[in-house]
Amino acid sequence: MEYTLYILLLPFLSFLVLGLAGMKFSHKTAGIVGTLSLAAVTVLSYVTAFEYFTADRVNGVFATVVPYNITWLPLGSLHFDMGIMLDPISVMMLIVISTVSLMVHIYSFGYMHGERGFQRYYAYLSLFTMSMLGLVVATNIFQMYLFWELVGVSSYLLIGFYYTTAPAIAASKKAFIVTRFADMFFLVGILIYGYYCKSFGFDFNAEGFAQGAFMLPTALVLMFIGGAGKSAMFPLHIWLPDAMEGPTPVSALIHAATMVVAGVYQIARLFPLWIQYAPEAMSIVVWVGVFTAFYAAAVACAQSDIKRVLAFSTISQIAFMMVALGVCLPGHHGEVIDNHASLGYMASMFHLFTHAMFKACLFLGAGCIIHAVHSNEMSAMGGLRKYMPVTHITFLCSCLAISGIPPFSGFFSKDEIITACFAYSPVVGWIMTGIAAMTAFYMFRLYYGIFWGTENKELHAHHTPHEAPLTMTLPLIFLTLVTLTCGWAVNFGSFVSASGEDYPIHLDTQIAVTSTVIAICSIALATYIFKGERQPVAEKMKAAAPSLHRWAYKRFYMDEVYQFVTHRIIFKRISTPIAWFDRHIIDGFFDFLAWGTHRLSLAVRGLQNGSVQTYAYIFLLGVLALLLILTF
Amino acid sequence: MDSQNIMFTVLAVLIVLASFATVLTKSVIRAATYLLLVLLGTAGLYFLLGYTFLGSVQIMVYAGGIVVLYVFSILLTSGAKETLSRNSRIKTAAAAVLSLAGFAAVLFVIFQQKFIIEAAVLGAPVESVEGGTSIAEIGRQMLSTEKGGYLLPFEAVSVLLLACIVGGLLIARKR
Amino acid sequence: MIHLEYILVISAVMMFAGVFGFLTRRSTLGVLLSIELMLNSTDINFAVFNKMLYPAGHEGYFFALFSIAISAAESAIAIAIMINIYRHLKNISVRDIEKMKW
Repeated sequence: MEYTLYILLLPFLSFLVLGLAGMKFSHKTAGIVGTLSLAAVTVLSYVTAFEYFTADRVNGVFATVVPYNITWLPLGSLHFDMGIMLDPISVMMLIVISTVSLMVHIYSFGYMHGERGFQRYYAYLSLFTMSMLGLVVATNIFQMYLFWELVGVSSYLLIGFYYTTAPAIAASKKAFIVTRFADMFFLVGILIYGYYCKSFGFDFNAEGFAQGAFMLPTALVLMFIGGAGKSAMFPLHIWLPDAMEGPTPVSALIHAATMVVAGVYQIARLFPLWIQYAPEAMSIVVWVGVFTAFYAAAVACAQSDIKRVLAFSTISQIAFMMVALGVCLPGHHGEVIDNHASLGYMASMFHLFTHAMFKACLFLGAGCIIHAVHSNEMSAMGGLRKYMPVTHITFLCSCLAISGIPPFSGFFSKDEIITACFAYSPVVGWIMTGIAAMTAFYMFRLYYGIFWGTENKELHAHHTPHEAPLTMTLPLIFLTLVTLTCGWAVNFGSFVSASGEDYPIHLDTQIAVTSTVIAICSIALATYIFKGERQPVAEKMKAAAPSLHRWAYKRFYMDEVYQFVTHRIIFKRISTPIAWFDRHIIDGFFDFLAWGTHRLSLAVRGLQNGSVQTYAYIFLLGVLALLLILTF
Repeated sequence: MDSQNIMFTVLAVLIVLASFATVLTKSVIRAATYLLLVLLGTAGLYFLLGYTFLGSVQIMVYAGGIVVLYVFSILLTSGAKETLSRNSRIKTAAAAVLSLAGFAAVLFVIFQQKFIIEAAVLGAPVESVEGGTSIAEIGRQMLSTEKGGYLLPFEAVSVLLLACIVGGLLIARKR
Repeated sequence: MIHLEYILVISAVMMFAGVFGFLTRRSTLGVLLSIELMLNSTDINFAVFNKMLYPAGHEGYFFALFSIAISAAESAIAIAIMINIYRHLKNISVRDIEKMKW
């Protein structure tokens, strides 16, 4: 499978070409270059996946293939490698990334039409795709970290794409700093891991771990903090809502489908370690995930900016995946990884896959809407179903999918997650069911707010919304088709499962029915509250609990808390004294040295006044002194 | 007191007085004249030592050549009217102190040193024809390449003088 | 009886008169005259040492001879420089030639 190298090289080449010579191209050429290279990558990914999954299983498991692995940086006994590793989850991620990325590339043709910096945009997209693909095929954790940072950089660049507007600049900085802060923990975790395991590889050698077994949970939790930053887990989630300042297709690609699930992917990648050496620490993952899911869902219920709603819904859904990974249990019968006990692993990956598709579809749909009404606010929308039928239908399908209505894909994956949660603990199971209900509620609040309700007449008077061009609707239709079919048409468990063996997905009827009924109920509730031209119930609720609404709308003041902590406590109480110390003591010391030297030179300068006689005088004094010294 | 001692005393007084005059007089042209006296006195000392050729070279080159050159350049640049040592008292005093200190140090060294007494006393001046300092002998040594020959320094000085002619012309020429 | 020391004292007087002149003169030509004094005093020493301490050799004699030649060369160049400076500054005061430090 040597051709897998091109999966990384092609987007990198297109990044180089577009980045270095992009301004020489017309918009159309640049877009075509980017899209064609991505199309090639997609084809290669599909071929890889086909070849990989049609190969014979060894002992019931798909063999891990490493077509490339070069020692990049030898450091004594440790060495950093670079390479490509194919195993079920990395191949699955290849498909997700290349598909969504291709859709976004095509979509951007329409969405970014005529934008300044169109070529730059495509260059960044290529860079991002390359980094993300490099991340998932990493052969070792250090390579993963490298591409992890590259992904962060491209995310930063794309969030700040409209670098002339202040919010975009602030948002890009925020995203970069917050994720960097989390990545610091990731790096520390990697170093601890490397120190004890004598390797950065994923080929877990047991004797190395035996010595460092007590440090391993620490390393894993530190790495989880890094993953939590990238995946916007509470309390490191604050960058993601702001990241919506970037172009909408970017939000679809990076902040919904691919980059933000890097944290989930990281835990899945290290899953054998977690389950063998740190099963207790997994409860951290569970509870962080549960709280994030709830928090984000609650906030999403009150947001008015449609991209913000989607952003919080993304946070919530990623938290679902985290919870699913966390609720995996060690097997009972001697085997450490048991498919049944670790159902959550498969569920998490499955949800990652389906969520990427329908959330990308939702974001792209939101992009069409924003394109049509030139606003992110729900108040500017309403009644758009007449004007934008394709967007309407695809958006509805995706909403149904995320709410967990059969036969859409979200139903199947979410059902597996909730089943896994109930197996772990009924409390978690019921909480997650409740959050799933909230998901359905806020998604349909969004849906009705956009497509039903009061039409914004004055806005539409001079600018009638219209359906997006074909380049934008085609990706929507494609993603909707995937969402419609991938839940029941393929058995995901036969590709990806915790132990790698074939695992037939079977629905737990009781849970499936319960969650479907609850989802339908909350959709009905949302319909009752938000469908009408006027919304008396919603007004009444808002009036009944104004502070709750305000708190949710303000995201429970998390940004303010951060602001307080960073500015009032860290900057003022810690950084300012340190800065003072630096400026006055350290700088002062060196200023003193410089000043002293200056003064001294001023004093000595008189000797070098250019007058021959002074020189001679001093010279003779020296001679005399020497004479005296030598004589006595 | 033989004639030698008388001659030496005369020369010594001349040299000392003229040296002081050279550095103390206010006019440059006078200073040059006193310098001429010093140089002539030195030539007299050489004669007294029996170094006739060295004395004549001293007179021809130093007194005849260099001092004339100085006089010309003094006249060319500022003329005789420019007065010289109008320094601050402190500077003059410092220079005097330094010079006296140096002089004292040198005197101390000279008198502390025990020279071989018999050789260090000058007898009557003899122009030894067969000795090493006849003009013929000097000429032979100058162009000799054997031990004690000075051909190499001689040629080096020739080149130096040539370079000085060229350099002097180059520096002093009108642009 | 002329002792070696007598002549050495004379040359020392000449030497330090030159030093004094070098340090106090304002005119560069005056400084050069002082230099000649100092050079001359060393010449005397060479000759005297040769004559009185090592009468068999000629090194001091030739050294004095070459020294005269070299001081002739030196003064020729120095005077050329003086004339050039005078042409530029209309002055040869030592104080005006302080650019040497650069």
